[in-house]
Amino acid sequence: MKRRLLLGSAPFIAVALALGAGAVFILAIGESPLELYGIMARECFGRGYGIGQTLFKATPLILTGLAVAIGFRTGVFNIGAEGQMVLGGFAAAMAGLLPLPGPLRLAAALLAAALAGGAWGALPGLLKARFGAHEVINTMMLNFVAYALVAWMGHSVFEHATVRTATLPESAWLPRLGAFFPALHGSPANLSLLLALLAALGLHLLLFRTRLGYELRVVGSNPAAGEYGGIAPGRAQALALAISGAAAGLAGIAFVLGYKHYFELGFSAGAGFLGIAVALVGRNHPFGVVVAALFFGALSYGGLVVNQRVPKELVDALQGLVILFAIATQQVMERLARRLA
Amino acid sequence: MSAPPPPRPQPSPAASPAPAIALEGITRRFGPLIANQDVSLNLAPGEVHGLVGENGAGKTTLMRVLCGLLPPDSGTIRIDGRPARFRNPAEAMRAGLGMVHQHFLLVDRMTVAENVVLGREPHAALGGFRRADAERDVAALAERVRLPVRVSAPVAALSVGEQQRVEILKALYHGARVLVLDEPTAVLTPQEVDELFAVLRELRDRGTSLVLITHKLAEVKALADRITVMRAGRHVGGGPAAELSTERLAELMVGRSVPPLGARADRAPGPPLLEVADLSVRDARGLEAVRGIHFDVRAGEIVGIAGVEGNGQQELIEAIAGLTPTARGRLTLAGRPLSGRSAREHTRAGLAHIPGDRLRRGMVADMTLAENMALGRQREPALGRGPFLGPGTLTAFARPLLERFDVRPPEPGRLGRQLSGGNQQKLVVARELSRGAPVVLAAHPTRGVDLGAVAAIHARLLAERDAGRAVLLLSSELSEILALSDRILVMYEGRIVHETTPAATDERTLGLFMAGRGNGGGS
Repeated sequence: MKRRLLLGSAPFIAVALALGAGAVFILAIGESPLELYGIMARECFGRGYGIGQTLFKATPLILTGLAVAIGFRTGVFNIGAEGQMVLGGFAAAMAGLLPLPGPLRLAAALLAAALAGGAWGALPGLLKARFGAHEVINTMMLNFVAYALVAWMGHSVFEHATVRTATLPESAWLPRLGAFFPALHGSPANLSLLLALLAALGLHLLLFRTRLGYELRVVGSNPAAGEYGGIAPGRAQALALAISGAAAGLAGIAFVLGYKHYFELGFSAGAGFLGIAVALVGRNHPFGVVVAALFFGALSYGGLVVNQRVPKELVDALQGLVILFAIATQQVMERLARRLA
Repeated sequence: MSAPPPPRPQPSPAASPAPAIALEGITRRFGPLIANQDVSLNLAPGEVHGLVGENGAGKTTLMRVLCGLLPPDSGTIRIDGRPARFRNPAEAMRAGLGMVHQHFLLVDRMTVAENVVLGREPHAALGGFRRADAERDVAALAERVRLPVRVSAPVAALSVGEQQRVEILKALYHGARVLVLDEPTAVLTPQEVDELFAVLRELRDRGTSLVLITHKLAEVKALADRITVMRAGRHVGGGPAAELSTERLAELMVGRSVPPLGARADRAPGPPLLEVADLSVRDARGLEAVRGIHFDVRAGEIVGIAGVEGNGQQELIEAIAGLTPTARGRLTLAGRPLSGRSAREHTRAGLAHIPGDRLRRGMVADMTLAENMALGRQREPALGRGPFLGPGTLTAFARPLLERFDVRPPEPGRLGRQLSGGNQQKLVVARELSRGAPVVLAAHPTRGVDLGAVAAIHARLLAERDAGRAVLLLSSELSEILALSDRILVMYEGRIVHETTPAATDERTLGLFMAGRGNGGGS
């Protein structure tokens, strides 16, 4: 119990330390850290519109964070969430443009996002299971392949002289949250958030309440013991990467189906890579991932709010600091927990 | 550019006599757990001191305190009467204290000489490492203390016994005059144990003091001058080795008298349940480790496999368990052929497997005891509904098993890594023997387990036999093989070179067959 408390507190300590270190930067620029952090907190959490923005920024991060987390839980490192997300977003747009009857269109778009991302995750998984090819290299390289593939396929579907598709018909749209909660009105937060939260819940159930999830975790902790327990580690890891890819693929819909209603090159803005940090700070736990994603979402919106007064690189620096401190406090807490155990 | 030769450490274990060491009232806690409570121990110069106790009795903790690896919460260490305080192992080392750990701390890819001098390397003026000097120094030291090693061989190429000699040399090179050995025989063959003891006697005669941590009473009786017994973190008895009988020591260790193994009921074995025909298995390097083996294990019988580690026993067990593909031959379980391709298939066919390496195969250190109790059984219908496997069911499943097999503490929520080695082994045994499988593979079932638990595990294995199951036992403890088996097979270089029964053989004869000298080797 004590152990859990110690380890669970690590990310919060990391965030506090990062904000402290960030304060030094802000002071060096000649601004007041307290005032700036205050503005950021007020804008991100104190107003409906800001909350909406934070939720919108957090949505894809929840999904890519979950994607990376399930990989880690099974002992594989998916650095390819970015490519899987891009491909998922593109597939969602393509499916959304199909001439299908109303509700089917949205369902097809969601399914396409999950399938495209899932396939892109399964590929390095199968390569690892069959040939032992390392997933870190393959998922990373497949990011570039995904970018290139989308740019190439986009040629025939993008609007003239742009890098975006046509706007999807309204039946493929995910409604804005502002439609249900007037306070959020005007913000881009949309129903994909609910989907992301459901995904977190689903992943939690999968990992901690099912036989399959048990097998994935055994493989992640000790593949030799997994083999002994009748689990094929390669198959488990390939499956984990497929699920991981599907989650990352769905991360594309927050923008494509919920916000702009079209696919545009570069829409992912690094959310796939940031998923690694989210998983890390969230300690690879689905609920921890949600909290971490909200934090990183707030950070990126908060950075926009104050970028008149501090350079936007401050947010990048803060992100980096959080990651650094997260790793460091994790180690310290592990040691403390072991000493107390 | 001719740099003057730098002063090199002059390791000479017998140069100055070993100091007298006194531990006074040492207490060390780990959170709520009291690992050592007010423990005192004296070590005279040139003495061999046996420190015995069950796993988790606090022996290793006490020695880690002595060697500067753990600070005591209270108590004093005195060296030659003067109080000493070690903040780290380097300071203890400087005072002449060296420790050979149960798990060797060697760098596999480096040579013997490099490992020995690590931390105190002979170096040139600009910091360059002088390999030739290191090798010469180490060879000279090895010669002086009669510890033969191949100084330029990489550690990875050495046998376990040789690696242990390297560890001892390393401690001596760094100036140890008091040497603490933690369970030094746990990984050795009977012959290697004899060699080690010869080395230790030699060191003692040269004035080195030795502390031998062990739970094997025969060893401590053979070597020690005085013995200290610990139980549950406390000093519970001790004295001159000559005055303490093995029975008395066992009683002190366990806290009650240990019943001898019950008489085995003679029973006629039934039909063969496990049949191995013409089986060949390749090891990780592709070499044939098992070469065309035939045998069977019948219902109601224990077949013991004896052999020096590395003669194909491990590969044989893994192949029968479905963890290593077979190169040739047939496996039949209760009349049904096994493909040899997956552990799940073999388990389903009716196989329980206590693996030889519990931390690698048998359990997941970072998962809870409840979760570990389900390993390999995670698909059993009793553990959940449909695809679900809830923590509640797991706990309910694990708790009675933990209690029945005396796993301490029997808390399903603990992590596997929080258990002592012996209790981890009890968990694995509990899981496998509660499956009710007709065929049981037991590889080193009592490795690292304390006396009380050894007796319990032996009784369980015999109960399996008496319940009509077929048990294949693999062990490096010949006494265990002799005590439990109905038939004994000796493996040497991948073949079965000898088959006998406990009544018709003894440790010495088996040892000769294990060394490949069965028929010409006298006696």
